[in-house]
Amino acid sequence: MFMDTEQFTKDLEAMTGDERAEAVRKVEQWFADHAGRITGGSKLAPPHTATTVRLEGGGEPVITDGPFMEGKEVVSGFAEIDVADLDEALAMVRTWPACPTVEIRPVER
Amino acid sequence: MTGAPADELARVVREHAGRLAASLVSLLGDFSAAEDLVQDAVEAALRRWPDEGIPDRPDAWLHTVARRRGLDVLRRESVYRAKLELLRDPAPAEPDGRLRLMFTCCHPALPRAAQIALTLRVVCGLTTGQIAAAFLAPETTVAQRITRAKKKIAEAGIPYRVPAAGELPARVREVLAVIYLLFNEGYLSSTAERAHSRDLVDDAEWLASLLTGLMPAEPEAAGLLALIRLHRARDAARFDDSGGLVLLRDQDRSRWDHDAIAAATALLTRTARRHRAPGPYQLQAAIAACHAEAARWDDTDWRQIVVLYDMLLRLAPSPVTRLHRAVAVRHADGPEAALGELKDLRAALDRYPLYHATHAELLRDLGRPGEAREADERALRLTANPAQQALLEERISWSGTAP
Repeated sequence: MFMDTEQFTKDLEAMTGDERAEAVRKVEQWFADHAGRITGGSKLAPPHTATTVRLEGGGEPVITDGPFMEGKEVVSGFAEIDVADLDEALAMVRTWPACPTVEIRPVER
Repeated sequence: MTGAPADELARVVREHAGRLAASLVSLLGDFSAAEDLVQDAVEAALRRWPDEGIPDRPDAWLHTVARRRGLDVLRRESVYRAKLELLRDPAPAEPDGRLRLMFTCCHPALPRAAQIALTLRVVCGLTTGQIAAAFLAPETTVAQRITRAKKKIAEAGIPYRVPAAGELPARVREVLAVIYLLFNEGYLSSTAERAHSRDLVDDAEWLASLLTGLMPAEPEAAGLLALIRLHRARDAARFDDSGGLVLLRDQDRSRWDHDAIAAATALLTRTARRHRAPGPYQLQAAIAACHAEAARWDDTDWRQIVVLYDMLLRLAPSPVTRLHRAVAVRHADGPEAALGELKDLRAALDRYPLYHATHAELLRDLGRPGEAREADERALRLTANPAQQALLEERISWSGTAP
């Protein structure tokens, strides 16, 4: 799971067109380098597009604007990878060129 | 053979628990299942060996129990069952698997406290109680840490192997921290009947030596090995005939192993020559060398020791290190200066017996015996180490009733 921070978003906005194109190229390169092990995933639209539904409490669902957790870090996308073990995943993530935090989690089988 | 003594029992268990764990993980390909079987076998040994005596082939005995138990517990898992059927006694002699085991236990995806607890239990066969004492943590917390760590290894896919060359330096730091704690636990064991559990220190020295051999370019492995050997060189002088702890100041330095001190110091110098800035273990070894090379207590170069502690604190700030630095300051600049340093540490070290013992010494230096006695009593309540207890009891009775 890829996590953007406020600072990362600001830095991205501050980039010139060329710089941004270069950043995008690096990400595309990373996906190309690891294509053999990437089995799925998506980039998510920014957090201001999120709508959260809270079903707890038994009553009517509460619908709110924004992501489920207001925090400094927001999930900005995910990639599903097929690797032998955690070390292989860690080696992949070490070369990730974009957002500053990546969470690795196994998929339930 | 009947009536195995407790320390011999512990030594044999530690010698074989890690080896059994390593061979079972290799065989089953499942860390958690293997560890459960080892714990079962170790518990059976601790139950039966005190009456039956330690078998001639403890490794074969443990293997047999683990296998039988495994076949029983894992009946439904046909994969394990088939593999366990293959297990012969003893396990085929392979290169020592404990290093691989350590790298798995010390994986950076596990919290540090869990890495250490898991390694001590799985590789060295320590009980949860001994680990809790080393951590100054409740036993239930340690047990939980181990359970969670094993779950994470299984579910997150933490591999069982020595890491690739590129990852090795970062991963070895984790292993060094574990060996260091293992050495501390052995050097001044908090729960053992004897103050000094020699075999645990043997394990730590052996592991440090193995690591130094595996990674000759890793200066901190050599630093840790030198540190352990410098401490061990003083073994003969650390306890009196009745098992009482002899303070460094009062030790008979002619009983130190001066050849070992020279060899360890030479190792340290060779290592320092080949590498740039020394790491935390090399600095601690250098401090130990300052003590070991002083012909008399009064010859100790306290200023140099304070400088080394300052370097150490820059690399690895810790309240316990600051406490040790305060002791050096006491000798370099006097008790008043040292007492000032201690004040800030109270919150962090209130459960640490040596904090209160040091506090007591400073108060006594400053002519405040009533407060000193209170601090000694506090230290006594916090330590389970019999030698430390005896020393503190003696000091309390010697100081009489508070004026």
